[in-house]
Amino acid sequence: MIHSLFLVNASGDIFLEKHWKSVVSRSVCDYFFEALERATEPENVPPVISTPHHYLINVLRHRIYFVAVIQSEVPPLFVIEFLHRVVDTFQDYFGVCTEAAIKDNVVVVYELLEEMLDNGFPLATESNILKELIKPPTILRTVVNTITGSTNVGEQLPTGQLSVVPWRRTGVKYTNNEAYFDVIEEIDAIIDKSGSTITAEIQGVIDACVKLTGMPDLTLSFMNPRLLDDVSFHPCVRFKRWEAERILSFIPPDGNFRLLSYHVSSQNLVAIPVYVKHNISFREGSSQGRFELTLGPKQTMGKAVESVLVSSQLPRGVLNANLNPSQGTYTFDPVTKLLSWDVGKINPQKLPSLKGSMSLQAGASKPDENPTINIQLKIQQLAISGLKVNRLDMYGEKYKPFKGIKYMTKAGKFQVRT
Amino acid sequence: MTDSKYFTTTKKGEIFELKAELNSDKKEKKKEAVKKVIASMTVGKDVSALFPDVVNCMQTDNLELKKLVYLYLMNYAKSQPDMAIMAVNTFVKDCEDPNPLIRALAVRTMGCIRVDKITEYLCEPLRKCLKDEDPYVRKTAAVCVAKLHDINAQLVEDQGFLDTLKDLISDSNPMVVANAVAALSEIAESHPNSNLLDLNPQTINKLLTALNECTEWGQIFILDCLANYMPRDDRESQSICERVTPRLSHANSAVVLSAVKVLMKFMEMLPKDLDYYGTLLKKLAPPLVTLLSAEPELQYVALRNINLIVQKRPEILKHEMKVFFVKYNDPIYVKLEKLDIMIRLASQANIAQVLAELKEYATEVDVDFVRKAVRAIGRCAIKVEQSAERCVSTLLDLIQTKVNYVVQEAIVVIKDIFRKYPNKYESVIATLCENLDSLDEPEARAAMIWIVGEYAERIDNADELLESFLEGFHDESTQVQLQLLTAIVKLFLKKPTETQELVQQVLSLATQDSDNPDLRDRGYIYWRLLSTDPVAAKEVVLAEKPLISEETDLIEPTLLEELICHIGTLASVYHKPPSAFVEGSRGVQHKKLTARAGSGESAESPDVGLSGPSEAPPAVIPSQGDLLGDLLNLDLAPPTATVPSVQPSMQMGAMDLLGGGLDSLMGDESDTLGGDIGGSPSMGGGLGVAPAAMPAALGGAPAVGGGLGDLFDLSGGVGMPTGSYVAPKTVWLPAMKAKGLEISGTFARRGGIIQMDLSLTNKAMSVMTDFAIQFNRNSFGLAPAGPLQVLTPLSPNQTIDVSLPLSTSGPVMKMEPLNNLQVAVKNNIDVFYFSCQYPISMIFVEDGKMERQVFLATWKDIPNDNEALFQIKDIHLNSDAASNKLQGSNIFTIAKRTVEGQDMLYLSVKLTNGIWVLAEMRIQTGNPNYTEMELSIKCRAPEVSPFVFQCYELVLKN
Repeated sequence: MIHSLFLVNASGDIFLEKHWKSVVSRSVCDYFFEALERATEPENVPPVISTPHHYLINVLRHRIYFVAVIQSEVPPLFVIEFLHRVVDTFQDYFGVCTEAAIKDNVVVVYELLEEMLDNGFPLATESNILKELIKPPTILRTVVNTITGSTNVGEQLPTGQLSVVPWRRTGVKYTNNEAYFDVIEEIDAIIDKSGSTITAEIQGVIDACVKLTGMPDLTLSFMNPRLLDDVSFHPCVRFKRWEAERILSFIPPDGNFRLLSYHVSSQNLVAIPVYVKHNISFREGSSQGRFELTLGPKQTMGKAVESVLVSSQLPRGVLNANLNPSQGTYTFDPVTKLLSWDVGKINPQKLPSLKGSMSLQAGASKPDENPTINIQLKIQQLAISGLKVNRLDMYGEKYKPFKGIKYMTKAGKFQVRT
Repeated sequence: MTDSKYFTTTKKGEIFELKAELNSDKKEKKKEAVKKVIASMTVGKDVSALFPDVVNCMQTDNLELKKLVYLYLMNYAKSQPDMAIMAVNTFVKDCEDPNPLIRALAVRTMGCIRVDKITEYLCEPLRKCLKDEDPYVRKTAAVCVAKLHDINAQLVEDQGFLDTLKDLISDSNPMVVANAVAALSEIAESHPNSNLLDLNPQTINKLLTALNECTEWGQIFILDCLANYMPRDDRESQSICERVTPRLSHANSAVVLSAVKVLMKFMEMLPKDLDYYGTLLKKLAPPLVTLLSAEPELQYVALRNINLIVQKRPEILKHEMKVFFVKYNDPIYVKLEKLDIMIRLASQANIAQVLAELKEYATEVDVDFVRKAVRAIGRCAIKVEQSAERCVSTLLDLIQTKVNYVVQEAIVVIKDIFRKYPNKYESVIATLCENLDSLDEPEARAAMIWIVGEYAERIDNADELLESFLEGFHDESTQVQLQLLTAIVKLFLKKPTETQELVQQVLSLATQDSDNPDLRDRGYIYWRLLSTDPVAAKEVVLAEKPLISEETDLIEPTLLEELICHIGTLASVYHKPPSAFVEGSRGVQHKKLTARAGSGESAESPDVGLSGPSEAPPAVIPSQGDLLGDLLNLDLAPPTATVPSVQPSMQMGAMDLLGGGLDSLMGDESDTLGGDIGGSPSMGGGLGVAPAAMPAALGGAPAVGGGLGDLFDLSGGVGMPTGSYVAPKTVWLPAMKAKGLEISGTFARRGGIIQMDLSLTNKAMSVMTDFAIQFNRNSFGLAPAGPLQVLTPLSPNQTIDVSLPLSTSGPVMKMEPLNNLQVAVKNNIDVFYFSCQYPISMIFVEDGKMERQVFLATWKDIPNDNEALFQIKDIHLNSDAASNKLQGSNIFTIAKRTVEGQDMLYLSVKLTNGIWVLAEMRIQTGNPNYTEMELSIKCRAPEVSPFVFQCYELVLKN
């Protein structure tokens, strides 16, 4: 099982270590540093590294490497999932997961890590249980604690720890009972030079914020549930009911949680919200290159495309770019060669464009690689797969809650090749 | 007011100041001081000097302070064992606390203090906690047993904690069940042979019930445990599969992958025509695809596993090619894995798409990725014949880019395409020749030289091209040198008139000026061939080459089966058997997929080239790599049991022989030889493209040496072994399969001890060391009684003979066939696996002579159904001689009787595991020249009868 954990910052310093079994010398991280040195980019460090006596499994989150040390055969996904849970917990507790936040709360961090694993076995990873055991730091509580000498460690066994619904504590009370659901979809796509789709798929999630008194039992039904043939559920969802009736039935956790994530595969027809017209060209023997880019809306069901951000890694030979955007602003970093253009909202009547020239190193040959264009965007009030919630019902409690559903489409890894 | 204040230090010395604060009267100050200590600990500072002061703070009502002290204790108790005892009292008291949280905390912390003295005090509290009324305490205690076992395994066994732990599998609380399973699995890992997790249908049912209710982590433990279970029939398999399938929709990817493992394994047992089988196949694809939309680290592990799944069951993901298309900002480790899977899934249906993608990738920035993409195009050409032409033209386009490393990779793969489709695409040679000067990597140079040599007759200036390489002959790598030698010889055979000088030059360079034995040997062989019989030389060197296989880099089927059983583990990430993992001291526990009995599933399965375990040949058949060696043995009587040990003077021996008797041999066998000699050099370093057909370049030459050595020895006459019969050594592990290590061997029983006589031959270039051997579980519990005694490093071309004494006290598992033995041999290079069969007479014990009365009674007692009849023909022995001979192999004659001119012998044999095998042998004595024997064998375990019969036959005929 998981033996030890080291946290390493972007400059390669270990700033926290925690051991769940015997102490492993931090020199074991030298193997990790070697791999880090070899990697061209910070994210290219291989996730599993073998050393003579241990295996190191690492994830990179918020510019911090979480390096877990294991000694015997442990499923790597188990370790990676656990590390993700650690990151989520830190973020949940401290608002951000940064080196500074962790150092500022080092004792809480240590208490948390101790509570999350016992001898390398996960103990309590549900945020509601952890919060009952160790109260998140707030300014008010810190002040009160200093004055009264009370602690931020819970003295009673958390109620959720052993119940059939470990994700919900008992005795939840709200004056305003509300349940909000966000359907968020991200399109991953590769579009080729000529504008046709090579592959496109949708990763969707339904995130919920439920603040309801007592033990409510919710059901959520969809207009078109057959879209959801590849789904992963929060443990609270009753799988049998879904299998039989395609209805989500569950006792929700308290607060924010991810109810469901789903995947609409490339075998379905996925709508592409924008198109890109581009002309990026270099001529042999010339030190100038041409750059032209125009964006336009495609299949958006009449909704506006907002927060558009275009970025592209230009070839290494490009020294500078002199461009003229019809709207928004652009930057070009001559060191990393990253061009990014903050477009904003696309107006279908006046399509945004970015045109101009690039200067190359004098005498250098024409670059071999073709830059890929990366697009980020948002469309409010639309789930591009067409998924629609039919109704939300509550049983088990008497009061009438406020209910709300929001839809949003974003671009995930949306890439246009040139 | 953040914790960073704990890091500030003062001038006076931190430790000194902390000590004062820890001993302060004020509670608040104490707590702050402990926090400072913990803060220092987190960054790796040594604060162990404060041990007594911190422990003093332990007795407190403040839970936070208590927890902080515990944290400190866990880290430092080991360095201060005597001081740690001071804490014991508080622990024991806390274990009785009315608050379950405190009870659990105490037992948990105590287990983490890895001090022997403390563990003694831990036993009683632990025993109580394991039976605690509160499930939270029980589940914590379950894990504590695993901790204690790690510190002191004997103590755990003596105290009976393992049994208590097993009982917890039936606990009413699913979380307790999950933790008990996890603890047992961890303990079992260090005791591979213990029967800790004895799974039966009842426990399986309990686990499946707990599976639905426990936490995600518990689900992983339970699923991994389920995967070890062997269902009784396909109905049970199906019901388990049905109950596991919902886990595929879990949000935790580790749960998903563990569920995939269980399903992949149990699916094997389902009949293929079952509707459910098809449903299950369809259900497996979406979760695997979903894993690929997760974070890159998860993707990587998923991809490594998908690589295995695709090899085992390509049908699952055959329509999902697109999800493996590479995004330009994927991390490099994800890109490379995706590429690998794309090639595995490439088929006629999707090849156009795949090629377009690969071409796109070949223009990317990352050099490693581009190289692999170019190589992938070549692999597509070889795999999908219809696409070959398009692939070649794509490669030509890429060569036109003149990007150095792209050109070199392209040339390497084009060579393979030439091998696969001879006489089809040679028109491109001219384009290739234009790039000759830009090649600076050995592999690319070797490939280009091979092309020039192979098509010398179509390249006008082939001699000039090769000559230009020859100038810097000694600076080239061996791979290029060997290739150049072969290419020039080919050229000479094709255009003898103009190139005589060139060939002489290269032969003298290779034989006289080189220190490399491979190069010298190959040079000498060519030289002899050319000087004695140019016609034969032509047949040898220009012989038709075997086709290269379509699929490359496939994992060997038995390893694949084993890895499928370990989906989701480190083994699956590294594609290495679990035995090769972390701290090799752990026992080898091979898992195998069990196919449905008699379904003939492997035969039907569409994955050509992957045969099920039942079809895998029981013994390793010497493959082409050893052809040369075997060939020379072939015409002669089998070699004696003792193979001449070393030929350090091999080169000299070979020379003599070449001068003498080789001519006649060559005349007969040149065709086959040619396939080898001509083939092997042309492949250069065995580019990993056609390993099955090609011996490693290195293997070829030394094999000649070994073979010729045998020849020498044989002239001394074949010695007839006395005493128990010992079969001649056979090759169990050909060098080609084991990176140059060849193992041949036989079994003998000497003075009541079974010995495995092994000859280890190093046919590689480098020295081999660190030999070790291990057996898989087998029918009679054979196990090495000592380590493999190879004390000196094995130098190249050296052979070493070792006798390994065996015991029969190892773990038992019935094998198919019964006398099959799976062996793993490790050296400094890798771990290798082979299987061999031992004559069952090895396990006939010396005290196998039964009392007459007992014999009679036993014979009658064994039901007639167990009687098996055999005939042995062509035996020129009378009954006494036979009896003597058999006695040598521990087959004892109880009585002899003569009835109607026939001798009847009554014989008994006892196996090491106590099974008696009785026999009645009828010998026709009428004709002394032609003797026929009838053997009737009775045994309570009738499955051993055929093997016992084999031994009778073997012993009598030798």
